[in-house]
Amino acid sequence: MAEPMVVVDDLHVVYRVYGAGGDRGTAATTLLRILGRKRRASIREVHAIRGMSFVAYRGDAVGVIGRNGSGKSTLLRAIAGLLPPEQGNVYTAGEAALLGVNAALLDDLTGERNVILGCLAMGMSRQEAKDRYPGIVDFSGVGEFIDLPMKTYSSGMGSRLRFAIAAAKSQDILLVDEALATGDAEFRVKSHNRIEELRADAGTVFLVAHNLEEVELTCNRVIWMERGRIMRQGEDVISIIDEYIATSGGAPIMRDPVTRARIKAQTAEAAKS
Amino acid sequence: MSQTKTPLRGRLAARRSPDSGRLAGPGSLLTSDVGVVAPDAEGQLLAEYALEHGLRPSAQRPSVWAYIRQLWRRRYFMISFATARNVAMYTEAKLGQLWQVLTPLLNAGVYFLIFGLLLHINRGIPNYLGFLVTGVFVFNFTQRAFISTSSVMTDSLQLIRALQFPRASLPLAYVMIELQQMLLAIAVLIPILLLTGEPVTWYWLLAIPALLLQTIFNVGVGLLSARLGSQVNDFSQLLPFLMRTWLYVSGVLFSIATVSSNFKVVALLELNPAALYITLTRNALMATQRESAPGSKPYNKALCNIWHTLGHKKGAPEKYQTLSAYCHYVGANPAHFWYYAAGWAVLALVAGFWFFWRAETRYGRG
Repeated sequence: MAEPMVVVDDLHVVYRVYGAGGDRGTAATTLLRILGRKRRASIREVHAIRGMSFVAYRGDAVGVIGRNGSGKSTLLRAIAGLLPPEQGNVYTAGEAALLGVNAALLDDLTGERNVILGCLAMGMSRQEAKDRYPGIVDFSGVGEFIDLPMKTYSSGMGSRLRFAIAAAKSQDILLVDEALATGDAEFRVKSHNRIEELRADAGTVFLVAHNLEEVELTCNRVIWMERGRIMRQGEDVISIIDEYIATSGGAPIMRDPVTRARIKAQTAEAAKS
Repeated sequence: MSQTKTPLRGRLAARRSPDSGRLAGPGSLLTSDVGVVAPDAEGQLLAEYALEHGLRPSAQRPSVWAYIRQLWRRRYFMISFATARNVAMYTEAKLGQLWQVLTPLLNAGVYFLIFGLLLHINRGIPNYLGFLVTGVFVFNFTQRAFISTSSVMTDSLQLIRALQFPRASLPLAYVMIELQQMLLAIAVLIPILLLTGEPVTWYWLLAIPALLLQTIFNVGVGLLSARLGSQVNDFSQLLPFLMRTWLYVSGVLFSIATVSSNFKVVALLELNPAALYITLTRNALMATQRESAPGSKPYNKALCNIWHTLGHKKGAPEKYQTLSAYCHYVGANPAHFWYYAAGWAVLALVAGFWFFWRAETRYGRG
């Protein structure tokens, strides 16, 4: 019997944005608004997820695809328990960890401090954090820059370090939000393998990516989102991705079997070494 | 296989808002349900199915005890976070960490210049410089705990959205930073007190429980302020005014007893937490304060009258200034100050913790 790891039940997520404009923003207009007991025009509600339901099981790697702004990252944050649902609920078995490019830590601190702080925040003991430290730095490939403040890092270096920190701990549910998009080719192979490893220990992986080939290679299930709703989902990964490409007007993926075999062999090779 | 899912989807759609029902409506692109719903979830609602398999809501608030345990596990996180913030605060300044000591010194200097030398309000207070500096430092500790924590949740939004950890560790770390600053301020204060002629006595040890109670109180207000600051955007605009008012009513710059002759007003001001912690610290560290506090010696009408006629004047000799000890205390009974101070600390901690914990899952919303 398949063991459910994530159950999303009629999930709605709403962001409230202050200062969204609309008001002329002078003291006089604000006073008139308050006196007239009108609602603040500059609060706007953004309904990012509008009722999603699905179940993911142990061993699943679920790819989440869709256009920018379709709610993919919001979905992952809600699964991680970082954004409270407006309606409905997300149920998880165990802890969920989110790996994302936007998961900035403390920019004015050095990489070194960020590594230690990140580990401690994830609930590691001091000894554990110290033990993991060389591995994390090594994996990130940041090298000598580790003792510089993170704000001086290039975006690629920053996201590599963040990925390395967040991936240091095995989790029950792993949520990967385009963390692989910024790295160079070598780092992508490394991180791909790390995800495979974590998936083996973890149980369930969610992968948000614009790189559809990455999704095809990694995932056994796809959810295609459109404006906060599910357009299609299922295990026929290839047909869903093809349909998504067709509606978004992109170039179809060339599924040359030789190339795919080569990519798979490469990643397997890198995993061994 | 996909036909067997229809009853569940139908029930889900029927139960739900029209919005999500539309999803399964005609013309929907939702064509494949394979693997979406477990075979044994047949005819069951998703929520029941999830709970049956031991899944928990991801944004669920832990119980108070579980939350305290989680916080305890993150103690090293809080310490390193506090240290890291402290280091980062002054890295861009040339004088660097020296500012940790310079800031309280300059603070005391400014107040002494204005209130001690220009406005002459030191009437009747022996060792006014020591009185002032102690008051400024102690008040500053609580004020900083209030102000810095009011922005901690918005400042750390990225961290909150990235990692799952008990959110109270952030305001707690900020209060730790302020405690560290306070200890440095005390290191500056002690030479000032010695230079102004205060003797070293066993009473100095009483400063430790006073500081401890104040720290507990500050943790409470820090948690309170962190939630208010994250949810009420106007709070941080209002805070400086509240703090300045609090400063003036807490006897930092002048003795509360001189503010009013109304017993009730004086008692009210004396029992406000900032005034209590200031008074307790002053009484611990300053013999001049301890020995001149009205009511600290048996009532003696003659000596009290001397104070009233001569002692409270500006520039009066110190032997007359301290005669106020022989008068009746005005306001609250100083013998009960420790109980009130402890009461405020416990009240603030419990209320602040509870108030912060209630919103635990909502801080990521920003």
